[in-house]
Amino acid sequence: MVERTPILNFFTHLILFVGFVFCVAPFVIVAIAASHNLKDVNDVPMSLLPGSDFWVNIKTAWTTAGLGPKLFNSFIMAAGVAAGKVIISALTAFSIVYFRYPGRTLIFWLIFVTLMLPLEVRIVPTYAVVANVLSPYQAIMDVTGLSWLIEKVSGVQVSLSLGLLNSYTGLIMPLIATATGTFLYRQFFLTVPDELTEAARMDGAGALRFFIDILLPLSRNNMAALGTIMFLWAWNQYLWPLLITTDQSHATAVTELKQLIPNVGGAPEWHIAMAGTLIVMLPPLIVVVLMQRWFVRGLIATEK
Amino acid sequence: MEKRVTFGRWTIGILFAVPQLLLIFTFFYWPAGQAVYWSLTLQQPWGGGNIWVGLDNFRSILANADYWNSITASLVFAGISTGLAMVIALVLATLTDRQLAGSRLYRVVLIWPYGIAAPALALAFRFILAPEAGFMAAVNKFWPGFWDPGLNGADAMASVIIAFSWKYVGYNFIFFLAALQAIPRSLIEAAAMDGSGVVRRFWDIQFPLITPTIFFLLVINITESFQDSFGIVDIMTAGGPANATNLMVYKIYSDGFRGLDYSGAAAQSIILMLLIIVLTIVQFRFIERRVHYR
Repeated sequence: MVERTPILNFFTHLILFVGFVFCVAPFVIVAIAASHNLKDVNDVPMSLLPGSDFWVNIKTAWTTAGLGPKLFNSFIMAAGVAAGKVIISALTAFSIVYFRYPGRTLIFWLIFVTLMLPLEVRIVPTYAVVANVLSPYQAIMDVTGLSWLIEKVSGVQVSLSLGLLNSYTGLIMPLIATATGTFLYRQFFLTVPDELTEAARMDGAGALRFFIDILLPLSRNNMAALGTIMFLWAWNQYLWPLLITTDQSHATAVTELKQLIPNVGGAPEWHIAMAGTLIVMLPPLIVVVLMQRWFVRGLIATEK
Repeated sequence: MEKRVTFGRWTIGILFAVPQLLLIFTFFYWPAGQAVYWSLTLQQPWGGGNIWVGLDNFRSILANADYWNSITASLVFAGISTGLAMVIALVLATLTDRQLAGSRLYRVVLIWPYGIAAPALALAFRFILAPEAGFMAAVNKFWPGFWDPGLNGADAMASVIIAFSWKYVGYNFIFFLAALQAIPRSLIEAAAMDGSGVVRRFWDIQFPLITPTIFFLLVINITESFQDSFGIVDIMTAGGPANATNLMVYKIYSDGFRGLDYSGAAAQSIILMLLIIVLTIVQFRFIERRVHYR
């Protein structure tokens, strides 16, 4: 810009600095609190000089909340959701863009509608489905009379049952079941020139071959963006894992934070709580820092 | 826009969509339908029979003062936190959009809060805003009883609003910055040549051009405040004190899973679904219009 505006520049820097502090302060306070001992963390006001117990607190938080296996579970869940979204969205977009078949528009809309209702609002019945994932199919067979027919013919009573509570599949699948990403791929596939498809077909490539050898390599950027944002989103999920992991073996790191809230009456162990918070907030922060470009691009592309 | 060249065999085409369709049927359409069915019946927890009751569940919910309290709390929460997160983010984005030394650093750092899980930042803010330790305790020393989110409903509401806004400032910032950067520099430079000041340029050029983004974020923020608030409320206040922060999504959870009132929770879900659907439709209509004039 050509003009000189020293006073305005000064205020710009001032406000941005306040914004910067506002944004970073919670991270800093958490880190400092995590370095104090029980007495110092409860001092009024708390000292902003770091204490010396950082590693001791990290270790205590790690072992009391059993964060090792829980971080592993979080990782499996986040990676599973990211991979699932990336693959399934690509397949669906390919089907919608590259084929003409009756019902294509219906499929498009069926997928579109899923963008409207988040898991949080259909949480109670989704929980019931995951408790027995085959219950929808059992119900359909009952209503259509298929179960009756099978029982008549073979004498076998059909009762389908497959519980997914406390399993990685149960953690991951319901989170994949929205169409975020499908439209990202669709937009991208629509920009791929027809000539490319034509050339591939002339060389005798079938649909699958074209998809794997040409379309997927071209959409690497989309995959990185979508993968990053879905990984973060899944890692940060709370309500769903809280509900379906009734035993500790499949609990995730984020849901474990609840165990770290100091209980009323006892000594307020905020230093341990903050050490745990730091451990849990670090992995997504690292992903944001490393993948910032993709994260931002993905966020803007998937939402718009 | 349609493809000219396609792959002919349509049976294969549908096969590619099957995984997605199976997933959304099992985990989306079935549960959503189930919610509608449950909201119209009296459902026994953990199986057992159910009785068709029509709209009785809705009637009893809408007659319940606790539910209205939860709607009011949700609206207050949505209104204030959305307002805060949008205004702060817009100011910061407008300022970083000016090419000054250091604006790159700000751009990088201001995005971080969005990456943090709501419950993690909730626990951090629960400590930062604790009445008996740290900084607010210092304030309480000067002014006894000034701050107590554990007993005072307004303080508790303020706590959850602060935590939520903090996260969404980062989110809104990304979109505002992207929108501002999409405005051609030449437009602003031309206005500067004509002698209009920075404030004038903001209101006459930048602001009108980013109104689509403002509207989009408004809808997203409000929608998210109805769902993403769950983790924050659960960690910071658990709906208390005296239901002051018992937001709609939290009430669904506590009625459904703690109170085992499936029918009541389902009816509440339906009301929340309708609310979110209306918001989403508004958003899509609006984006459609926006595509035309771009």
